[in-house]
Amino acid sequence: MLSYAFRRVLGAIPIALIAITACFFILRAAPGGPFDGERALPPQIMDNLRAYYNLDKSLFEQYFIYVGGVLRGDFGPSMSYQDFSVSELLAIGLPFSLMLGLVAFVVATSVGILAGMISAVNQNKWPDFSVIFVVMIGLIVPNFLMANLLQLLLGVYWNWLPVRGYVPGSIPHLIMPILILSLPQAARVARLMRGSMIEVLGTNYVRTARAKGLGARLVLARHAIKPALLPVVSYLGPALSGLLTGSLVVEQVFALPGIGKYFISAALARDYGIVLGTTVLYMGVILLLNLIVDILYAYLDPKVRYR
Amino acid sequence: MKITKTLTAALLAGTVSLLAVSAAQAVTLRMGNGGEPGSIDPHHAEGDWENRIIGDYIEGLMTEDANAEAIPGQAESFTVSDDGLVYTFKLRDGIQWSDGTPVTAGDFVFAFQRLFDPATASSYAYLQYPIKNAEAIASGEITDFAELGVKAVDDTTVEITLENPTPYFLQALTHYTAFPVPKHKVEELGDDWTKIENVVGNGPYVLKEWVPGSFLRSEKNPDYYDAANVAIDEVYYDNTEDTTAAFNAYIAGELDILTAFPPDQYQWLQDNRPGEAHVEPFLGVYYYVMNQEEGPLTDVRVREALSISVNREVIGPDILTTGEIAAYGWVPPGTANYDGEAYMPDWASEDYGSRVERAKALMAEAGYSPENPLNLQLRYNTNEAHQRIAVALSAMWEPLGVNIELFNAEVAVHYDALQAGDFQIGRAGWLLDYSDAANTLDLLKGGTQQGDTMNWGNNYGRYNNEEFDALMDKAAAELDLTARAAILHEAEALAMDDFAAMPIYWYVSKNIVSPAIEGFVDNPSDIHRTRWLSKSE
Repeated sequence: MLSYAFRRVLGAIPIALIAITACFFILRAAPGGPFDGERALPPQIMDNLRAYYNLDKSLFEQYFIYVGGVLRGDFGPSMSYQDFSVSELLAIGLPFSLMLGLVAFVVATSVGILAGMISAVNQNKWPDFSVIFVVMIGLIVPNFLMANLLQLLLGVYWNWLPVRGYVPGSIPHLIMPILILSLPQAARVARLMRGSMIEVLGTNYVRTARAKGLGARLVLARHAIKPALLPVVSYLGPALSGLLTGSLVVEQVFALPGIGKYFISAALARDYGIVLGTTVLYMGVILLLNLIVDILYAYLDPKVRYR
Repeated sequence: MKITKTLTAALLAGTVSLLAVSAAQAVTLRMGNGGEPGSIDPHHAEGDWENRIIGDYIEGLMTEDANAEAIPGQAESFTVSDDGLVYTFKLRDGIQWSDGTPVTAGDFVFAFQRLFDPATASSYAYLQYPIKNAEAIASGEITDFAELGVKAVDDTTVEITLENPTPYFLQALTHYTAFPVPKHKVEELGDDWTKIENVVGNGPYVLKEWVPGSFLRSEKNPDYYDAANVAIDEVYYDNTEDTTAAFNAYIAGELDILTAFPPDQYQWLQDNRPGEAHVEPFLGVYYYVMNQEEGPLTDVRVREALSISVNREVIGPDILTTGEIAAYGWVPPGTANYDGEAYMPDWASEDYGSRVERAKALMAEAGYSPENPLNLQLRYNTNEAHQRIAVALSAMWEPLGVNIELFNAEVAVHYDALQAGDFQIGRAGWLLDYSDAANTLDLLKGGTQQGDTMNWGNNYGRYNNEEFDALMDKAAAELDLTARAAILHEAEALAMDDFAAMPIYWYVSKNIVSPAIEGFVDNPSDIHRTRWLSKSE
């Protein structure tokens, strides 16, 4: 299994390099530059700015400067947030986004698995229908709308939680963002869990377990849960990377200090440094998560391990 | 069990921290400041949201009063030479940076040299080009910074020499590009001086905390010369890029001032919170540029037909729903140094139906009709309001036999195309850098030859009229403000009668101010320094 992991890590290096290269050149091919704003700058000022950010050098020179920097852990300057380097911005925002994503992940998977199980065990009874109802809402209501609804209900009308904003160390400020972030993922997990559980409960070995006199709970705990989890686990990787990269709306709406929001704002501002920095970082996170899921899968399903 | 304990502890900690905040007696202003500051360095800042922060922690020789008029700031007094070229400022006694270092004339000289230094790459440095040799230094022609027209006569006297007399220069000095920077800090730390742990200022507030993406926080500066009259103790400049969320927070009482709000909430506000929305004329014009370099829009009849067939009176009330004012001229009402009657073309008072008829006739003269339509592309940057206006104007032009193809792109792509002249009709907007008529009229000045290309600057429509340029030059050399205003009026009328561009509406500022806030004076510059505000509980 160790050599399997090692091979996967090695395989990630060319992927990373290709991604950086593609991203770098695609970004530069996009029309408009970082200094094209509402007003045209005088040409000498434009020249000064271009020189300041090395944009006056040839594209290939810039590319090698950039890749050299990345290898040393330096993602270069940010053109739209000049008081910080890209590395500094990522260092400030990443821990927060990771924390938010991980908490939402834990909430989403535990609630989702539990809800899916309850649903499956009570198939076509009222607990099942109520879970399906919430799942549907979680899947179809886009998060910016959900955020607005919850802000109005929990913040403005009932005054239970702060509407938005961030206060270092304050938990109430994080409840709504986590709720909104985890709901759609919890819904997906619940749906997957429900489906696979129903399937497992109908298999021969579960019937055998019941026939030999095991109680319903023991059947669930010993024989049903582990195999029913398999499709859920294979979804966990994408779910986690979705939560980590999908926080941009929530971060923007609640003005949280994560990195998700840079994704869009930097791309629109042609802030090459931040776009590349976030892309490289997220790529790393996603590669890592996929690796973890593969290893976890091998643990849960012996068939994968021995293949 | 353990998890419950941890959770309880965490919740308790949260409650305690909330209690601690409410127990403090400090008067806190929470401002929905709009975007995330790109930089708090006055030489790198570019937006009004940065200005609100920077203007609270740094003060220039001149500053704004509650009406945003220029008043002495760090300067106690000043004199202007008879030829209008030399300004001499006497600094106040005892002024200091927030680390205790005295503010000296040297800080100002250093700041202006840094502003124009090509290595600083300050994008708004050109706003101070009236200063002698400033442009030459910024372009690298002069490398000896001592030749800049800013000198320290002694520690408390700053002397600024201009290229030409500039009637709006005192107003220009209130702009953040003219702010001093702490020489001792910048020399020691370079660009890192704006890191929150290093930054010092000389303004009414001192920056204390910066959580990128969320907020900046400043506290009252006890050493500020007018600290006795500063009522707010602490200011949060909240990132409110999401205006709907910010609006919800305002309604819940979490923010005191919003600097923008969702237009669809305006009516609700007027009905439920009368007096809290401040929609006021603002120095800026929203306009369409028409490419006059080549193509059908070089024909003045076509430009006239397009412009007079736009029913501007419905745009503010019905299309944008926030009451923007119809624009028929080029200089916003309320602009300083512009006495005299505002430009208003005769057709503006003509009945709209007959205007459309006349427009049809003009188009027919130019050879176009619904049977033989003129196909034009209208470019705008992606935004709901821009789209609504573009759709409305296309409909207004349809009866003339004009087929509009709408083309939207994100900001960078849009302005790239406008600058390159790669458009027929394009949306643009201009917010005045300072209150002076020349600041908008300059947009219509002809291009300058640079190598083998023409640089049109912000004159996207490439309007080219030597007579207009001559008037602008004449105005620039005129010392008498009344005479200068008359020349500028003449230039405005000339360009507008040529349909050099199509003004559509005057911008309005859109603030929401809680009834608890006092001292917020509406003004056309939309600048409201915190030192003039107070808050009642």
